[in-house]
Amino acid sequence: MMNFKTRKIASKVCRGLYLAAILLFLYLPILTLMVLSFNDGKTMTKWMGFSFRWYEEMLGNKVIMDALINTLTIAFWAAAIATVIGLLACIGMNSMKEKSRLMIMGLNNIPLLNADIVTGISIMLMFVVCGISLNYGTVLFSHITFCIPYVILSVMPKFKQLQNSTYEAALDLGASPAYAFFKVVLPDIMPGVLSGFLLSFTMSVDDFVITHFTRGAGINTLSTLIYSQVKVGIRPTLYALSTVIFLLVLIILVIVNILSSRKNR
Amino acid sequence: MPLIEFCDISKSFDGELVLDEFNLKIKENEFITLLGPSGCGKTTTLRILGGFETPDTGKVLFKGEDITNLAPNKRPLNTVFQKYALFPNMNIAENIAFGLKISGKSKEYINDKIKYALKLVNLSGFEKRSVDSLSGGQQQRIAIARAIVNEPKILLLDEPLGALDLKLRQEMQYELIRLKKELGITFLYVTHDQEEALTMSDKVVVMNQGYIQQMGTPEEIYNEPENAFVADFIGDSNIIDAVMIEDRVVKICGHIFSCIDEGFGRNKPVDVVIRPEDIIIGKPGEGTIDGTVTSNVFIGVHYEMCIEAGGFEWLVQNTTSYPVGTRVSMKVAPENIQIMHKPQSEDEEAMALDE
Repeated sequence: MMNFKTRKIASKVCRGLYLAAILLFLYLPILTLMVLSFNDGKTMTKWMGFSFRWYEEMLGNKVIMDALINTLTIAFWAAAIATVIGLLACIGMNSMKEKSRLMIMGLNNIPLLNADIVTGISIMLMFVVCGISLNYGTVLFSHITFCIPYVILSVMPKFKQLQNSTYEAALDLGASPAYAFFKVVLPDIMPGVLSGFLLSFTMSVDDFVITHFTRGAGINTLSTLIYSQVKVGIRPTLYALSTVIFLLVLIILVIVNILSSRKNR
Repeated sequence: MPLIEFCDISKSFDGELVLDEFNLKIKENEFITLLGPSGCGKTTTLRILGGFETPDTGKVLFKGEDITNLAPNKRPLNTVFQKYALFPNMNIAENIAFGLKISGKSKEYINDKIKYALKLVNLSGFEKRSVDSLSGGQQQRIAIARAIVNEPKILLLDEPLGALDLKLRQEMQYELIRLKKELGITFLYVTHDQEEALTMSDKVVVMNQGYIQQMGTPEEIYNEPENAFVADFIGDSNIIDAVMIEDRVVKICGHIFSCIDEGFGRNKPVDVVIRPEDIIIGKPGEGTIDGTVTSNVFIGVHYEMCIEAGGFEWLVQNTTSYPVGTRVSMKVAPENIQIMHKPQSEDEEAMALDE
């Protein structure tokens, strides 16, 4: 009996250690970054005391703040516009025949699997060929482009779960098609629409490669800014900035997860 | 003037003909049931009347007015859907109020109507409940309440009891008959369940492969099926090849039976329908035809037996059990023998025999 009990404890300890090792492996780098962002000194190897110095410097730095605002506004508009376009696409696809719908879903999945560098270069080439100069607008456009598939991917399953008959029931009770859509269909697929929006938002905040190729000279997002500063030498301001980005993405991901688990309940 | 009139409606899906020159008149205040196997066109008929499908040819008239191309939301009728189709993001009261709000009724009127409708379906006090918290039978009753508060001229019901268990289904059948009497509106009911059709309807329309096979009161459909399909689909029956010797005399399996049908001609091949409960079993030699019991199953109210006689397996129901192997005789009262014309053309044959 004792033997059984010790073995049970041993297995519990092993499980705990293994989990801790995995978590450490995953989060230690980010934790290091976060800790260093509060270090009151430029050195990476020595703890000089806790301070918000780098956060203050970050807030006072116009280049960083411009990049932050660019990142957030591009992410917001790209996500919003992609959500509207993706939602409309899903409405159309939902009333298609099975065969054509599957074909379009396949086409939709290709950009998701495509390497960012290919997407980035091809979009840039298209702008150049069309004689459009690279600026804020071109970045926004390319972000909308790569966000649409994510929206479709998260909205389409909700359409499949949807009882088609609720839409017909609404019409039957006298609702116009538009009223029926907004009152009956949209509330039902809302979790999918929201998670599509938030997923797009994080993808946009996260993107470096495509932005890098389509941004032109004048504008920076956080990721391109960090990249350009790495070449000159890293200041801890960037640790603070990276921490902020990480937390931003983390919060959005938590919201997405809560939304989708609530829907699956 | 009939309330609803289907005129020469044809409809096909992907080249497959579902309704072929369908004609039907529905009178005001009738409980009419479309009955048939799946794929017979009954649901398509309902959806055409609801406005969810457009017929390829033909017209739908409402009080003589053509409504064939009218949008579903403009039609003076309401539907109870097979899967209830309640709105999950709204509570019960909001579900019921949906149609009334659209038609711009006052708040007091809507509240009164919700109370009245919930009382009618025996679910008073359920206003604030969510759709998820209701059982299937309750959801179905809410779906009915949601439809009838709009005071439609005709209520369409698409297999509304299909998803319920047997006991609940029977309760709901009586509930629907009661509702129909209280509301005094026309019900158009679609089902593949013959018992449901016989219990509730004033008039049953038996359909198969887009054609109406027979139309009549439940008694007429059950007792005087016009062809083998109807006889076979409605209840259990023996459908036997026979020859009409002369008026009131028919030869079945080589034995002469007397019947009450006339006008079929002399020595004419016919189909005969005999219901299993109408066969009287006696000692050998006492009846018209002798045979041997080949199987015997107890199914609750009675025993269901197969009796081999004259080269045909007769299905017989009786409250007395006759063990397998017993020699028995059978006879049938003349009025319980239903004579039907044999299908004439190949087309008719397909209509009658395909299921």
